Amino acid sequence: MSGYTESQPFSRTSAKEEDAGPRAVGNAQSHRLRTGGLIDRKAPLRFTFDGQVMTGYAGDTLASALIANGVKLVARSFKYHRPRGIMTAGSEEPSALVEMRSAARREPNTRATTQELYHGLVASSQNSWPSLRRDFMAINSLLSPIFVAGFYYKTFMWPAKFWETLYEPLIRRAAGLGKSAGQPDPDHYDKVWAHCDVLVVGSGAAGLSAALAAGRTGARVILVEEDTRLGGRLLSDGGEIDGMLAGEWLRETSAELEAMGNVRIMTRTALFGVYDGGTYAALERVNDHVPVPGSHQVRQRLWRIVAKRSVVAAGALERPIVFPGNDRPGVMMASAVRTYVNRFAAMPGRQIALFTNNDDGWRTAEAIQDAGGSVAAVVDPRGQIPAAYQAMAKASGLRMLSGVVSDIKGGVDGVRGIVVIGNDGRSQRISADCLAVSGGWNPNVGLSCFHRGRPVWHEDIAAFVPGDCPAGMTMAGAAKGEFSLGECLRDGHAAGAAAAADCGYHKNAGTSAQAGEEAYAISPLWQVKGKGKAFVDFQHDVTASDVTLAQREGYESVEHLKRYTTLGMATDQGKTSNINGLAIMAAASGRSIPETGTTIYRPPYAPVAIGAFAGHNRDENFHAWRLAPSHHWAAARGAVFVDVGLWKRAQWYPQPAEKDWLQSVSREVMAVRNGVGFCDVSTLGKVDVRGADAGVFLDRVYINAFSSLAIGKARYGLMLREDGIVMDDGTTSRLAEDHYFLTTTTAKAGVVMQHLEFCRQVLWPELDVQLSSATDQWAQFSIAGPKTRDLLQALCDPAEDLSNEGFPFMGAREVKLRGGVTARLFRISFSGEMAFEISVPARYGNAMAENLMIAGKPFSVTPYGTEALSVMRIEKGHVAGPELNGTTTADDLGLGKMMSRKKDFIGRIMAGREALTAPDRQVVVGIKPIDVQRRLRSGAHVIPKEELPGPDTDEGYVTSVCFSPTHNQWLGLGLVRRGRERYGEVVRIHDPLRNEDYEAEICSPVFYDPEGVRQRG
Amino acid sequence: MRIACPYCGEREVGEFSYLGDASPKRPHYTIDDGTDPVVLEEAFNEYVYLRDNVAGTMREYWYHGGGCRSWLIAERSTLTHEFKSVQAAPGAGAAKVTLQGE
Amino acid sequence: MKYSIFSLAKAAMSGHRGWTRAWRDPVPKDRYDVIIIGGGGHGLATAYFLAKEYGIRNVAVLEKGWIGSGNAGRNTTIIRSNYMLPGNVGFYELSMKLWERMEQDLNYNTMVSQRGIINLYHSDAQRDAFARRGNSMRINGIDAELLDAEQIRKELPFLNYSNPRFPIMGGLMQRRGGTARHDAVVWGYARAANDLGVDIIQNCEVIGFQRTNGRITGVETTRGNIAAGKVGMAVAGSTSRVAAMAGLKLPIESHVLQAFVSEAIKPLIPGVVTFGAGHFYVSQSDKGGLVFGGDLDGYNSYAQRGNMPVMEDVCEGGMAIMPMLGRVRLLRQWGGIMDMSMDGTPIIDRTPVEGLYLNAGWCYGGFKATPGSGLVFAHLMARDEPHPEAALFRLDRFRRGAMIDEKGQGAQPNLH
Repeated sequence: MSGYTESQPFSRTSAKEEDAGPRAVGNAQSHRLRTGGLIDRKAPLRFTFDGQVMTGYAGDTLASALIANGVKLVARSFKYHRPRGIMTAGSEEPSALVEMRSAARREPNTRATTQELYHGLVASSQNSWPSLRRDFMAINSLLSPIFVAGFYYKTFMWPAKFWETLYEPLIRRAAGLGKSAGQPDPDHYDKVWAHCDVLVVGSGAAGLSAALAAGRTGARVILVEEDTRLGGRLLSDGGEIDGMLAGEWLRETSAELEAMGNVRIMTRTALFGVYDGGTYAALERVNDHVPVPGSHQVRQRLWRIVAKRSVVAAGALERPIVFPGNDRPGVMMASAVRTYVNRFAAMPGRQIALFTNNDDGWRTAEAIQDAGGSVAAVVDPRGQIPAAYQAMAKASGLRMLSGVVSDIKGGVDGVRGIVVIGNDGRSQRISADCLAVSGGWNPNVGLSCFHRGRPVWHEDIAAFVPGDCPAGMTMAGAAKGEFSLGECLRDGHAAGAAAAADCGYHKNAGTSAQAGEEAYAISPLWQVKGKGKAFVDFQHDVTASDVTLAQREGYESVEHLKRYTTLGMATDQGKTSNINGLAIMAAASGRSIPETGTTIYRPPYAPVAIGAFAGHNRDENFHAWRLAPSHHWAAARGAVFVDVGLWKRAQWYPQPAEKDWLQSVSREVMAVRNGVGFCDVSTLGKVDVRGADAGVFLDRVYINAFSSLAIGKARYGLMLREDGIVMDDGTTSRLAEDHYFLTTTTAKAGVVMQHLEFCRQVLWPELDVQLSSATDQWAQFSIAGPKTRDLLQALCDPAEDLSNEGFPFMGAREVKLRGGVTARLFRISFSGEMAFEISVPARYGNAMAENLMIAGKPFSVTPYGTEALSVMRIEKGHVAGPELNGTTTADDLGLGKMMSRKKDFIGRIMAGREALTAPDRQVVVGIKPIDVQRRLRSGAHVIPKEELPGPDTDEGYVTSVCFSPTHNQWLGLGLVRRGRERYGEVVRIHDPLRNEDYEAEICSPVFYDPEGVRQRG
Repeated sequence: MRIACPYCGEREVGEFSYLGDASPKRPHYTIDDGTDPVVLEEAFNEYVYLRDNVAGTMREYWYHGGGCRSWLIAERSTLTHEFKSVQAAPGAGAAKVTLQGE
Repeated sequence: MKYSIFSLAKAAMSGHRGWTRAWRDPVPKDRYDVIIIGGGGHGLATAYFLAKEYGIRNVAVLEKGWIGSGNAGRNTTIIRSNYMLPGNVGFYELSMKLWERMEQDLNYNTMVSQRGIINLYHSDAQRDAFARRGNSMRINGIDAELLDAEQIRKELPFLNYSNPRFPIMGGLMQRRGGTARHDAVVWGYARAANDLGVDIIQNCEVIGFQRTNGRITGVETTRGNIAAGKVGMAVAGSTSRVAAMAGLKLPIESHVLQAFVSEAIKPLIPGVVTFGAGHFYVSQSDKGGLVFGGDLDGYNSYAQRGNMPVMEDVCEGGMAIMPMLGRVRLLRQWGGIMDMSMDGTPIIDRTPVEGLYLNAGWCYGGFKATPGSGLVFAHLMARDEPHPEAALFRLDRFRRGAMIDEKGQGAQPNLH
C-alpha cells in the first residue's frame, strides 16, 4: 500500500531517543506505540487530513490516528480563530471539529474523536483561510479587547440601514464553523421501533453489570453503546475485576450477554433523547465508518426504543481547569491521554505534563509511564502524592510540583512548555509538548435532566449528581457519582436487577462482579487567575473574563450568562464548559454553585443529522400518495394530475393538438354540456350510516332534516361546527329505513368522520347508530351531460328503469350493471347538467373507467378532470372549498334557508350570535368583469367603484374563478359585504399584487341554467 | 408519548388526535321550550370557548383515528404528560355492548 | 452608559471593568401606579412604553424567574406583518414599524434583520389564498409580492425543484420580514425601561391578587404584597393560571410548540422560508445555526418540552423541500408554552375585574408582536380604552361571534 511505511514507530522502550518535534507531521505514525492498544496493526488505513496523506490502523478514530501521526493543530476556534487541537477522546469534544468527506456528502463539524478511521477517509479543517496554520481571521485575536461577550449588542447601530447591508453580512460570513454540502443528501436513512423491558445505556462497568443482571432474569434487554465496541472506560483504564484483567472480564461478559437470546446489543448507537411514555431515541451509525454506504444500505438509523425501565450508565465527563492558555493544541483531558495511550497506542506527546486536582488524574501519569512515555511533571495544587501512586512516583523519580499551571507557552503547533506557580508563590517554566488536565469528573447527568429534572450538587465529589429522573429511568455508576470500579459494578448490577424486577422478572440475577474501591479525593479548583485568555467554552471562545463581565452587567442568572456570552451553546452543548462557567459565575456573584444553578439540559445529547429524523419521508416520498381507483387508467391516457391533500387527481386530459390547459378544460366542459362526460370523484369522503336512529343522528349533525328523507332519495346537506360556522357539505342518500350513505368533501373527509364519531360516541351514545368510513371502498364516478342516460342505459342491466319517472332527480338506489356487478346510482348534479354519480366497489374503479369509455363511445363520451368540474360548479354557482373557508355561515353561502327551526343541531345556537347574523356580512355573489376580455383572478379584492383602496373600503374578495366556455368570458364567485343587495352594481376589482385594477359587476352566483331545468331533464 | 387504548392496547401518540378538555358538557335544550336565547348563547359560549386550562391533571378527549376510531377520555397531567387513566367514551366501540356494560 | 463603538472602545482600554448593570436589581416598593406581571418581551415593552409614551414611570415588572425566561427566550425570532384580516393587519404593521426603529429607540442592538420571509405555495388554491392575503397587506400599505415558481427559484435556488412531493409553485414574500435577536429584545427593553425609572423585579412570583370591593388593588408575591393602581398581565403560557387567581376563565389553552436549532454552519439560507404543504419553517441565525420549527405537538401542556412525532414531522418537511439539510445536524430541541386562543388571535383588553388588564392569547406569534403589544397594552392601561390598532382584540368577541380567525379553524386551539 503506497504511502504506508512503518518507519520510526514510537517505541515503548526508546521513546526518549526519538527526535520529533512539531515538524513530525507527516512522519508515519511517529507517535504510535509499538505494542498494545485495541488497534489492528495488520490493517493499516490510509487517510487524508487537509490534503496530507497519513496512515492509521483499524480501530483508530480520526483523532487517535492524527495523534499517532503527531498532529496537534486540527482546528480554529469560532470567534478568535485560535489554533486548537484534540482535547478529549469522546463525543464531548469541543475543539477538534473537522469537515468530513466532500461534495454532496460533506459533513461539517464532525468530531474527530468519534469518527472511525476508514481507508480513504478524507477530512479537512474548517473555519480558516487560507490555511489552518496561517489563518487570516486570526486577526480577530487582535481585536479581542473589543470582541468581548455581548459586544455586538452595544454597537453596529449606526447608521441603521448599515445593519442588513454591511455589518450583518460580515458577521454572518465570519460566524458558523463548517460549510454544509448545499446539495441534496445522496444517502438514505431509516427509522425503526424497538421494544424492551430494560434499556441499558452505556456499556462501561456499570452498564455491562446492569445488562448482565437484567438479562439473567429473562427480561428483554437492549444495551446501547455509542462507541464501536463495548467497555466504556474499561477500554482505557483497565483494572482488575473478579481477579481477571478488565479486558478479560469484558470478553467473558460480552460473550455471556451475546449468548442470551433476550439481550440485544447495539454498538455505534448513541442514545440522545428521552421522551414521554418510556420512549427513547437513539441514533445508529450504520455506515459512517465506510466511505459510502453499500447499495441499498442506509447511512444511519433512528431508533425509537420503547422501554418499561431504563438504566442509564452514561459515565462521567472529565472537566478542564480554566487557566490562561488552556486552549493551546496539546492541552488535553487527562483521561483522554489515557485513552489514546492505552486504547489506541498513541502517545500524545514526548514530554507530557499533568495538572490535576484529584487522585484520578494521577492514573494518567501511571499510564504514560507504563507505556514507556515520559512525564515532564505532575502539578497538583493539593501538594501531596496520593498513597496509591507514591511507590510509582518514587520508582520513576517523578517530578512533583505543588501548585498550579498558570500559563502555557507555545504557538500554533501547540504546547512547548508550561508555567507553574508553586503554592509557595514561585514560578517556573517546564518544558512539555502536551499537558494533561484533570479538574475532576462531572457525572454525565444530561439524560436524567431531559424532563426538566434538576441535578443536585454533591460536595464530596464537587459535582452535580442526578436529581429527579424521567419516569422509569435509573442512573447507575459514574453517571450517578459512583466513581470506583467496584461501586460501579455493584451499582449497575443492583440497578439492572431492580429494573428487571419492576418489569416482573424476579429470577436470580446472579451476583455482582467485584473490583477494588479506588479512592477519589478532590479539592475543587475551577480557575487559575492570571494574564491572558483563559477559556471556559473552547468552541465559542468564552473566557473567564467574559463570565465576570456578564456578572458585572447583571446577566447573573445562568440562563442569562449562557445567552449573553453564548457559553454552552456550541455543538458540544457545554459538556466540558457549563459547570466551570457557573462555578466562575458563582464565585463572581458571591453565591454557592448550587445557588447559581444549572441551565436546562436539552436533547439531543449529541447532535443528530436532520436526515435521520426524516428517514425515507423526504423528497417525493415526504407524504403518501393516495391514488384514485381509476388513476392508472387516467395516467395511461396522459392525464395531468394535481395534488389535492394526499390525493393525486386527474386535473385535465390534454389532447395532442391542444396548446394549453385552458383549451383542454374548455373542451371537456363543452363536451359535458353538449354530450356526456365522466369524472372520478372517489376522493369524496363516504360514510355508511346505519341503525334505527340513523335519521335522528343525521338530523342533529346537519342543519337540514334527513329523518324525513324518503328511502331511495338523496339530499344535499350542510354541516356546521359547534361555533355556528359551516364545516362541510355533501349529498346524503337514504338506501334503506336504517341505512344512509353520506358523502363529504375531499378535503374534510377525515375531519368529518372524526366529528361524526364524536357526536355518536360522546354526545349521543344513546342513539342506535353505527358509522363506517367507506371512502376507500367505493369507486365513484360523476357522469354528466344531456346524453348521460343513454350512456348509463348501455352500462346498466336493461331491466333498470332510468327514465325520469323511474329514476327522478335526487333519486338514489342500487342498480345491476351488465355483467352482474351491483352499483349504487345517485341522480345528483354538481355541474348543473342531467347527471348521475355511480359507485362500484373500488377494485372495479379502473375497469369502470374503461367500460365508461366503451359504453360511451357512441355518444363521444369525454373524461374530464377536476378543472372542468370546477368550471362547471362555478358556472352553476355551487360553493366549494374557497367559499367554505372556515369563517362563513350558512347564510353567507346563500344557504341560510336550509337551517331547520324545528330541531337542535350542531352549531344552531352559536350561529345566532350577533356578529354572525349582522346584515353587513360578506356573502357569496357572482362576479363578472365588465370587459369580457378581462381575466378575473382569485384573491383580488372588491372595492366600491368610486373609492380608493384602503382598510375601510375593502369590502370583499374574489374566491373562485373560471374561464366559462359557455359564456365565453371569465366569471367568478366572491364574498362581498351585503353582496346580495348589490346585484347589478359595478365595483372595482383591485389586485395590487398583480398590478391589476378593473371593473366588474356583482351578480347572482348562478350563471348557468338558474331554473335548474337541465339537471331535472 | 403512548396511549393505552382500551380496545387496541398501548399505541404511539401519532395514531391519535386530540380534541381537548372533556369537562365542558354540551348544553341540552329543547326547541321552543321558552329558554331565553341569551341564556342559551351564554351556555354554549361557555361550552365552546371557555376552558379551565389546568396545570395538572386534566380529563381530555383523544380520538384513536389511526386505530379503532374510538373516542377516549384520558386523565393526563399537563405538567408531566403522564397518563393516569384512559377510558372509552360511553358510546365507543359497538354502541349497544358498551351501553350494556354501564 | 450609552452603548456605541466609542464607549465600547473606551471600555476596552480598562479591561471592560467600567460596565455597570444593564438594569438595576431593586427591592420592591410598597406601591406602584402600574404593575406588569411577566418580565417577558411584552411585559417589559409595556413598561417601557408606559414610561416613555404615557408618562407613567412608577411601574414595576414582576418576573417569577429571570427576565425573558418564557417564550421571549425560546421562540424562533421571526418578525413579519403578513396578516390578512382586519384587526390583525394594522396591528402587526404597527409592530413592524416599531421593529424598524427599535435599536435607535432602545440604544441596544437587537439585530433586527429584514432579510425577507417567503411563504411557499404548492397549489392553485393556496396561491389564491396568498393572493387574498397579499392584497390585504398591500391595501393596508404593507409590502407584499406574489412570486411565481421562476422567481422563487431565483430567490431560493437550493429548494427541491426536481422531485418534490408537492411542487413549489411560488410564494408570498414580505421583504421587510425577517428575524431579530430575541434575548436582546428582552434585555434592550429592560435596560431602556430601567433607565426611565421602571423597577424590574426578578424571582418574584405573583401568587394572588389583593382586591377591595372587587377591584384589584395589588398583588401578593413570593417577595411580599405590593399595592398597585392597575395590574396588567403579560404572562403568555401561564395566562389561565394567573387569571384563575382573579376568578377568570378564559378562551385560552396552553399548548407546547417545539423549536430546533442546528449546529452553526456558514451562511446557507438567506431569509425566512416556510413550507406550504407541511409543517416546516426555517431561518439561519447570525451565529450560523438553522433555526426551525413546525406544528404544535397538539395537546395541552405546561411541560415546556415536546415529543418525537413532531420533531420527525418537522424534519420530514425540511427534507421534502431542502434535501440538502440531510447531513446538517440538529443540535438542540426545546419547547415553549403557547397561549392558544380560540380563534388564533390575541386578546388585549380590560377584564371583568376592575383594575386588571389582559394581554394574552398570542398563540405562536407573540415574538413579532412584542413592540406593538407593548405599545397598545400601555395605551390601554394608561387611557382605559383600546389603542385604535388593537380595537378588535376584545375579550367578548367570542361571545359576540366576532372572531378573527385567519386559518378558519374555529374553536380548536391546536389547529391554529
